[in-house]
Amino acid sequence: MKRLPQIALLPGGKRLHLQDGPIDLIVEASGSDVREAYEAAAQRFTGLLDELCEELVELRKAADAAQCKLKGVVARRMHAAVAPFAADGFITPMAAVAGSVAEEILGAMLAAPWLDRAYVNNGGDIALHLAYGEQFTVGLMDRPDSHGLMHTMVVSADDPIRGIATSGRHGRSFSLGIADAVTVLAKTASQADAAATIVANAVDLPGHPAIVRLPANELQPDSDLGARLVTREVGALSESEIEQALGAGADCARRLLAAGLIEGAALRLAGETLLVGARRTGSRARHEHPLEVMQV
Amino acid sequence: MSTEATAAAIGDKIRCDACPVMCYIKPGAAGACDRYANHDGQLVRVDPHIVLERTVERGGRLVPFQAGGDWDGKIVQQPDIFVTAIGAGTTYPDYKPAPFIVSSEIDGVDMVTVVTEGIFSYCGVKVKIDTDRYLGPETAAVRAEGETVGHVTTSEYGSQMLSLGGVHHLTGGSKKEGRVTCDTLMDLSNGKPVELTIDGGATVVVQAGKAPIVNGVPEERMRVGCGSATIGMFAKQWHGKVDEVVVVDDHITGVLSEHQAGKLLDIADTGIKMKGRRSTPGRYFQVAEPGTGWGGTKISDPLSVLGPFDRKEARPGLTMLMVSTTGEHSAYYVLDEALRPIEKEMPLDLKLSVERIQENCEPALCTVLFMGGAGGSLRAGVTDNPVRLTRSVKDALTRVTSGGAPVYVWPGGGITFMVDVTQMPAGAFGYVPTPALVAPIEFTMRLADYAALGGHMDYVRPLSSLRDSAEVRQMPYMPGRRA
Repeated sequence: MKRLPQIALLPGGKRLHLQDGPIDLIVEASGSDVREAYEAAAQRFTGLLDELCEELVELRKAADAAQCKLKGVVARRMHAAVAPFAADGFITPMAAVAGSVAEEILGAMLAAPWLDRAYVNNGGDIALHLAYGEQFTVGLMDRPDSHGLMHTMVVSADDPIRGIATSGRHGRSFSLGIADAVTVLAKTASQADAAATIVANAVDLPGHPAIVRLPANELQPDSDLGARLVTREVGALSESEIEQALGAGADCARRLLAAGLIEGAALRLAGETLLVGARRTGSRARHEHPLEVMQV
Repeated sequence: MSTEATAAAIGDKIRCDACPVMCYIKPGAAGACDRYANHDGQLVRVDPHIVLERTVERGGRLVPFQAGGDWDGKIVQQPDIFVTAIGAGTTYPDYKPAPFIVSSEIDGVDMVTVVTEGIFSYCGVKVKIDTDRYLGPETAAVRAEGETVGHVTTSEYGSQMLSLGGVHHLTGGSKKEGRVTCDTLMDLSNGKPVELTIDGGATVVVQAGKAPIVNGVPEERMRVGCGSATIGMFAKQWHGKVDEVVVVDDHITGVLSEHQAGKLLDIADTGIKMKGRRSTPGRYFQVAEPGTGWGGTKISDPLSVLGPFDRKEARPGLTMLMVSTTGEHSAYYVLDEALRPIEKEMPLDLKLSVERIQENCEPALCTVLFMGGAGGSLRAGVTDNPVRLTRSVKDALTRVTSGGAPVYVWPGGGITFMVDVTQMPAGAFGYVPTPALVAPIEFTMRLADYAALGGHMDYVRPLSSLRDSAEVRQMPYMPGRRA
C-alpha cells in the first residue's frame, strides 16, 4: 500500500493541514501568492518523512559537536540546531525535529515571492515569515483555571524572531526536567526547538522525592533518550522549590540569550511564570500585567 | 476497530508500520504520532480526524461546528454542536503544550463558551446500584484496594446507594487512601469497572451503565416492587389459579390470602403462618436476614420463612406459589396429608405469571453521578469577579454543562453540580497528583452578559478559530448513552 500524506485545506479554506506519521502541520499564509505557496508546501511535504526516516538511526544518536555525518537537508539542520549544546551534554538531533520540519516547509513556501505573512505550526513549534512592516501577535496562554492571565507579544518584521517552540514534561517528547512548559523565541524554528528542550531540561530539582522519573525506553522502547530518566509526575512543590527550579532554568536561558542562541524565553512551572529577555507586550485592555515587572 | 496499518508483535510490544518511523509500541501506549496505539496487543487508530474523514468517505453528513445564532436564553436547549472543555488544559495538537498561539482575528464573536478543565478537590460520585440484594449496612465503609473510599448511604427504591470520594478521602487520609480514592472516582467517571468491598457486606463490581456484579453474580433485574406491591399488581392474575402466593422480599414480604388485594377477591384463608413481624394484614417485615438469596434475603429455601400451617384452616391439596420480587426465584408447592408443602412441577399459567413479574422488572444498572463544586480559582479563570458567575448561574443567565452534558446545579451557595457520567464523552476525566479530579466544565452565556460579569473580554476567541484546532465531535444529548 502506497502511503501518502494527508494534505487538505481546513474548513474555512484559509489554512492548510499537512499530516504524515507523527508530523502534523497547520500552515497559513496571506498575500497574493497563497495558492502557489500552499502547492510548494504540499510538494515539499510529500516524501519528507521518508527522507528523515532513512537517517533515523543516526538522528537518534548523540550529536557530535565537531562533525555531522547526516546527508538530508532537514537532518543536517536538526544537527546544526543541537550542535551548540552537544559539547555540554547529551543531545540528539531529534530535539530539533519539529522546528526543523516547520522551517523546511516555510522555506519551500517562500519560493512564492509575494507573501505578506506565513506560519508553519508543527504541534506548537512554529516557523514564521514576516514581510516588511508585517507583524504577528503571539499570545502566551496560562491555564484557564489558574488566573486567566495571558501575555501577548508582538513579533514584527524588524525583530530577529522567526521561530517559536515549546517544550516541557507534558509534551509528546519526554523531558528530563520538570517545567510544565518552556517557550523559546529564536531566530529560527529549529534553534527555538533545540533551545526549548535544553531550557526545559534545566528547570529541575535533582533528587527531589516528589518527582517521579522513569527510564525513557521503558515508556517508549525506541526513544532516542535510551535509559535516561524522564519526568513522569511532579508532586507538590513548595514556593521556594518552584522558584529554585525556575531559577535554574532561567540561568540556562540567560546563558543562551547571551550566546545569541535565543531571543527570549518564558518558563512555566506549577502556575508560576518567569520571563527571560522577554520583549514588549501587546495591548491589554484588562489584566494589565506589565511583563517588565516579571522580567529577570 | 480495523486499521490500515499492520503490526508485528515483539514480546508484549508491537511494531507499527503505518509510517516509516516504525515505532515499537508498548501495551497501553501510543506511537510517536499519537494516532496509533497498542490496545491489548492490537494496533488501533485513536485520532479523531480519521473518524471525520470516514464519515465523509461514507457519504455521511457533517454538522457545521458553528452552533449558529445567539443563544435564546432558554435553559433547555439542545445544540447540535457544542465546544466541550475536554482537553482544554492542553492545546492542539495535543503533543506539546503550546501556550504560544498565533492569533490575529478577534472580531465577530456572538457567543462565549468559557471552556476550562476544572480541578475538583471537592468532588465525588454518587453510585446507584439497582439491586435488592444486601450490599452492606448503612454507613458501612466502602473500600477499593483495601482503602476506604466512601460509605453506604440511604437506599433508594429498588436500589442501593453508595457515596464515594469527597475531600475527606481525597486529601484527609493517608497518601494511599487519597490515590486510591482518586483512581476509583476517575475510573467510575470514565465508565470503567471498579471492584468495591463493603465492610460487613458484599463485594460488588460497579460500572456506569452496566449491571452490577454482586459477589461474582451479575444482577439482572430490579424488583418489580416490594412483596406487598407485587401482590397488589398480580392478585387478579393469580386469582383462581392458585390458593396462596407468597412474594418473598427483604423489605416487605406479601401474602395473597391475607393481603387487602386478596380479601377484595374473596380469596379464602389458607392457614399459612409467616415468620417475621407483621406490619398490616398480608405484609411482613424481616422474614429473614438480608442477603443475596431470594428477594434480597439470605435464604435459599423459601419454606424457611414459613411456620407450620394452621390445621384448622389448611387442607391437603392446597396449592401455593412462592416467588421473589424479581421473579428470578420461584417454586410451586402442594400440601400433603400432613399439611407439609411438597414442591411440584409448576403449572404453565403460574409460570407465565412469574415471567410477567420478570418482564416488569427493569434491567438492573449501576449509574454514576459525578458531583463537584466549582471553587474560587476555577471561576476566576472565567471572570474577574467570581461571585458574579455564581449569581449568573443562579439567575439562569449562564448555562453550565460538563463535557457538553447537562448538569443539575444544586441550589444554595457556590456552583455545585451533578452530571450523569454516561452522557459524557469517553475519557472526559483526568486527575492531578494533589490528588483531585479534573473534569470538564463549560459556562455558556450571551457575550453581553459575559462582559457584564467581568469576563476576560480580551481573550475571547471566535469559534471559527477553534474549528480545526480542537478535537471536534458531535455531542448529541442521548440520556444514558456515552457520546
